[in-house]
Amino acid sequence: MYACSKNEDEITPEETKIVFLVPSNFPAPTYNFEDNKLTNAGFALGKKLFYEARLSADKSVSCGSCHQQFAGFTQLDHRVSHGVNNCQGKRNTPPLVNLAWQKAFFWDGGVKNIETSPLNAITDVCEMGTDLETIVALLKNTTPYPDLFKKAFGSPEINSQRVLKSITQFTAVLVSCNSKYDKVMRKENGTTFSSTELAGYNLFREKCSSCHAEPFFTDFSYRSNGLDITSADEGRSHITGVNTDFGKFRVPTLRNIEYTSPYMHDGRFYSLDEVLEHYNSGIKASSNLDPQLKNGIALSTGEREQIKAFLKTLTDNEFIKNTLYSET
Amino acid sequence: MALLCLVTLFSSCKKSDDEITADTKSTFIMEFENQVNGSPLVLNTNTYKNAKGEDFKINIFKYYVSNIKLSKADGTVFLIPESYFLIDASKSESTIITLKDVPTGDYTKIEYTIGVDYARNFAGAQTGALDPMNGMFWTWNSGYIFVKFEGTSPQSTATNNTLTFHIGGVLDPNNTIRTFSTDINVANPLRIRTDKKPDMHFIVNAGALFTGKTDISFAKLNFTMGGENSVIVADNYANGLFRLDHIHN
Ligand code: HEC
Ligand code: HEC
Repeated sequence: MYACSKNEDEITPEETKIVFLVPSNFPAPTYNFEDNKLTNAGFALGKKLFYEARLSADKSVSCGSCHQQFAGFTQLDHRVSHGVNNCQGKRNTPPLVNLAWQKAFFWDGGVKNIETSPLNAITDVCEMGTDLETIVALLKNTTPYPDLFKKAFGSPEINSQRVLKSITQFTAVLVSCNSKYDKVMRKENGTTFSSTELAGYNLFREKCSSCHAEPFFTDFSYRSNGLDITSADEGRSHITGVNTDFGKFRVPTLRNIEYTSPYMHDGRFYSLDEVLEHYNSGIKASSNLDPQLKNGIALSTGEREQIKAFLKTLTDNEFIKNTLYSET
Repeated sequence: MALLCLVTLFSSCKKSDDEITADTKSTFIMEFENQVNGSPLVLNTNTYKNAKGEDFKINIFKYYVSNIKLSKADGTVFLIPESYFLIDASKSESTIITLKDVPTGDYTKIEYTIGVDYARNFAGAQTGALDPMNGMFWTWNSGYIFVKFEGTSPQSTATNNTLTFHIGGVLDPNNTIRTFSTDINVANPLRIRTDKKPDMHFIVNAGALFTGKTDISFAKLNFTMGGENSVIVADNYANGLFRLDHIHN
């Protein structure tokens, strides 16, 4: 179903053999399922766990509460994540997309493996507020989990490793590669940009893609784009301990950007217009401001419309609406 | 043709191997006796003194021993595969570890990592001693806590006079991976035999975290979770944490 370069007939999820295919316009992935063989049963278990609210302290929050499919697996309308007991987290929830190509996770790159990425949310008092012992004990005593683990791993044993590996069978196949942009790049079915989109693409390549590099629309580096003179969140330096990393955050992907509002690590902007106005006139001279942004990025009204038209070609409805990833 | 060559090569290799070394394997035990500067380590109740004369108590003391390597006098080295152990002062069964499938022979040196090697800090979900469930994995900054010490000291300026020393981190300049290595008296080497289970007895001094290279005052340092202060502690315990006391062959 992620055969981005192929046309496949509609098949129901039950019959689909879950496969991880590298789209022809993407490089080789970092995560390749070598130590976590992808199977339909493993994927089904991982998906069920992803949407299982009983895992959280007050049984109200699942991974899917913060990572919502219709919002590109981020949390719609929440500046910062919203977890158990109505607690507000510190950062905007990042989308879960094309994670198999990422070498580091979180806004500050503190987490180094996709398999261990859910741990912080599981234990954070403000997110799911629980721990692995509690989750493992709950799953052992809740049907149909022992059965599902048996199908996925060959024996009904439930441990934290199996929980994390199966969740990864779900999160790592969340590949978005069927946007209009991708189809144009792959020259699929003669898809072409409109003249406005094309003008936007050219502007984007000139002004934005040094950081938001194709095909992931991030070069995975950590930078400051001048949101504040002094950042309230340390960002990357929290991990490296290096002063010159203070206030830097991972360049975010722009895939499905139409649906992933609000924007930036603290979710301060609700619209793309606000984001573009920031680059045009709002850049603050933070101490670690990226040198490329010293003079801002001047954008006329017409240019902004063109860039926005291009950014909307990054929307992948086949991904956003793929029932294979949906809760039910 | 190529396949045939390979097969021949394989079997001849195996044969000569068999002739040279009798590949029998056996077991030995490592026992870790937790102490503080010569006194038995008793959690929660006993009071100890650091090199600065400040009193302290210990509530948690846990550490990783991994990648255990044995050497023979002729220089051959045997790395015990998948050797990862978490010793926890609150769980007496964790202080005695059994190493199986070790080639028999006389070993004159033992070496191991205090903590966890670089690769496993960034690897995918682990199980056993490395299970994140053991409370020794940082969830916001991937990596293991190599040595976890928590306690109290009247001199600590932290809330409730707590002491929190979570030592870990593998990236320069704050890499805290340290290796312990000790020669074994050639007169009484570690004799691994099929009919015997030798026992190596180590003394572990929790007090070594706070002295050795830099005497730590709890008034000044009472909290670290990785970073440069963790390096100070790791440099302290690199030499003083473990001592091979004796071997029962
Ligand atoms: C309360 C909201 C919340 C819940 C619940 C939650 N997450 Fe997240 N997730 C976040 C936030 C916020 C971040 C970014 C954290 C940061 O950068 O400090 C994140 C980051 C991630 C990342 C890394 C993404 C990237 O690009 O760096 C993954 C993977 C992830 N979460 C998976 C999960 C899984 C799996 C679960 C369920 C076990 C889960 N999350 C539950 C809010 C949540
Ligand atoms: C010097 C590098 C750099 C350049 C050039 C750059 N950006 Fe960014 N962009 C960033 C960084 C870093 C962030 C995240 C900042 C943060 O959250 O602290 C970001 C965030 C964004 C976001 C928010 C994404 C989200 O999901 O939160 C959008 C949208 C965006 N940029 C669009 C653009 C556009 C359009 C251009 C060109 C006009 C551009 N950027 C140029 C570095 C850059």
